[in-house]
Amino acid sequence: MSNAVATWQGYLRADGRKGIRNLALVIYTVECAQHVAHAIAAGEPDTHVLGFSGCYDNAYAIRLMLALARHPNVGAVLSVGLGCEYTQPERISEAVRKSGRPAEGFFIQDAGGTGRSIAKGKAALACLRAQAQAEARRVPMGLADLTVGCECGGSDGTSGLAGNPVVGALADLLVDAGGRAVFEETVELIGLREVLLARAASDAVRAELAAAYDKAVEYCRSVRQYSASPGNFAGGLTTIEEKSLGALAKSGARPIQGVLRVAEPPRGPGLWLLDSVPDPHFMQFGYTNPNDSEGIMDLMAAGAQVVLFVTGRGSVIGSPIAPLLKITGNAQTFRRMQEDMDFDASRVLTGERTLEQAAGELRDLVARVAAGQPSKPESLGHREYFIMYKHQDPPSRAAGCRD
Amino acid sequence: MMAKAFRIHPDDNVAVLLDDCAPGPVAVLGAGGVAETCATAAIKSGHKVALVGIEAGRPIVKYGQRIGHATQPIEPGQWVHLHNCASDYDERSATLDGRTGAPTDTRYE
Repeated sequence: MSNAVATWQGYLRADGRKGIRNLALVIYTVECAQHVAHAIAAGEPDTHVLGFSGCYDNAYAIRLMLALARHPNVGAVLSVGLGCEYTQPERISEAVRKSGRPAEGFFIQDAGGTGRSIAKGKAALACLRAQAQAEARRVPMGLADLTVGCECGGSDGTSGLAGNPVVGALADLLVDAGGRAVFEETVELIGLREVLLARAASDAVRAELAAAYDKAVEYCRSVRQYSASPGNFAGGLTTIEEKSLGALAKSGARPIQGVLRVAEPPRGPGLWLLDSVPDPHFMQFGYTNPNDSEGIMDLMAAGAQVVLFVTGRGSVIGSPIAPLLKITGNAQTFRRMQEDMDFDASRVLTGERTLEQAAGELRDLVARVAAGQPSKPESLGHREYFIMYKHQDPPSRAAGCRD
Repeated sequence: MMAKAFRIHPDDNVAVLLDDCAPGPVAVLGAGGVAETCATAAIKSGHKVALVGIEAGRPIVKYGQRIGHATQPIEPGQWVHLHNCASDYDERSATLDGRTGAPTDTRYE
C-alpha cells in the first residue's frame, strides 16, 4: 500500500465545497418534459440529466433536486418544464443562482413545442457551460475534501465477507485522513440495534441512531417488505438480519457522528449514517429503498463527490453527477462482468491481498477517479437516476421551495 | 481440490461456501474450532453450510450474531437457507422460491 498523500486538482464552489467534476445539469420538472430534457443534453459534453416525474410537487423531491443541482460536481443548471406542473423551473434556477452557479429555466409550452425547446435549451446550455468553464476555480484537493458515499446492492454471500469490509476499511482510511464517509440503508440494519448503538460517537448520537433504527423496523413491518431481493436470496443470503450484518460492514469501524436526513450534508468530518426512510405522514409513498439508484441519489444529495457501490451479484448501473465505482467480492462476478466492475475485492478471500492492502488500492483508485479518470460506469455512459414522491420531515435548516 | 468454506466468528454455527461444493468433505477456514465438514448435498458459493447440529427454533449464528432461527432440525453439513432457516422479522421471505429467491405470492393475471 502506498503511503503517498493523494492530491489532485478540484473545482472550488462559492459555498467552499470542492468538486471533482465540472458538469452541467439539465433538470426536468415533470415526466412530460423528460424527452425534451434528454434531447437537449444529447451529444453535449459533460452534461447530465435528472428529473422528477410527478405533476404535483413534493417538498422532499424538491429538496433532493436542489441538493443535487448545488452539488460540488455541478457547475451550471438548466431546468425545463412543460408548463402545467406544480414544480417551477424558474424557482430552481433562482435557488441555484443564489449558490453562485449560472442557471436558467423555461417552459416548453412558452418556447413553442419540442423542436423550438430543444434548440432553445441547447443554446442556453452552451452559454451556461461557457460561463461555468470561465468561472471555474481550480484548487488542490485531497482526501480531507472528499465525501464518499457507501452503498451496496445485488448483495450475495461474498458482500459481507469481502466487498463491504474493503469499502469499510477505505471509509476508515478516509475518516482518519479528515474526510467524510456516508453510508445509508437503515432498513439494512434490521436486527442489529445493539451493534449499531455501540458505534455512536456520543449519547446524543446514540439516541439519534435508536430513533432511526426503530423507524426503519416499524416502516418495514408496516409495508410488509424488507430490503432483500430475490437475487440476494439466490446469492445465499437467507434473512434480512444476515444481509444487514454484511451491509453494516461497509461502514468500517469508526464511531458514527450522527444521522443525516436526505439532502442534508454531514455536519462535520467523520462517518455518518443517512436515513432515507419516510417519516409518518397521512400519505405513505410506497417502499423505502425501491432500488439502488434511489440510494445513490440520496448519498450524492449529502454531497458525496464519489459513491462506492458494492455488488456481489453484479450490477451495471451508474449515476449522473458523481462517479460511481463498482466493487465486487465475488470472483466469478468480476470475471463475468469485468467491463462493468471497477474493483475486485475477492482477492482478500483468496489471500492475494490483505484487507488493508485492498483498502489502500481502492483509496488510490478513488484518488485517480477524483483526478479525472473515468469510472467504468462513466466510460460506459451509465447515468441511471430515480427521484420519487416521499415524505420526510424537513431538516430544520430548510423546508424546500414552498417557503 | 476440496471446496472451501469460511467461518467468520468462533460462535458461528454456519460457514459460507467460497466455492460451489459437491456432497462430501469441505475445508473450513476462518475462525477456529471446525477444520472440515461434510456437505450432505451440493451447495453453491455464497450459501451457508451447518457446522453443527441445530435444533428447530434455535438461533442460526453468523458474524457472531443471530441472523434468524431454524424452522426444522438441521444436521451438520446441511445447506442452511430458506427451507430450514427464517428471519425473526421478515415473514415474506419464507414464501420465496428456495433456489431462485423469486416471489411465489404475487399473481400475474
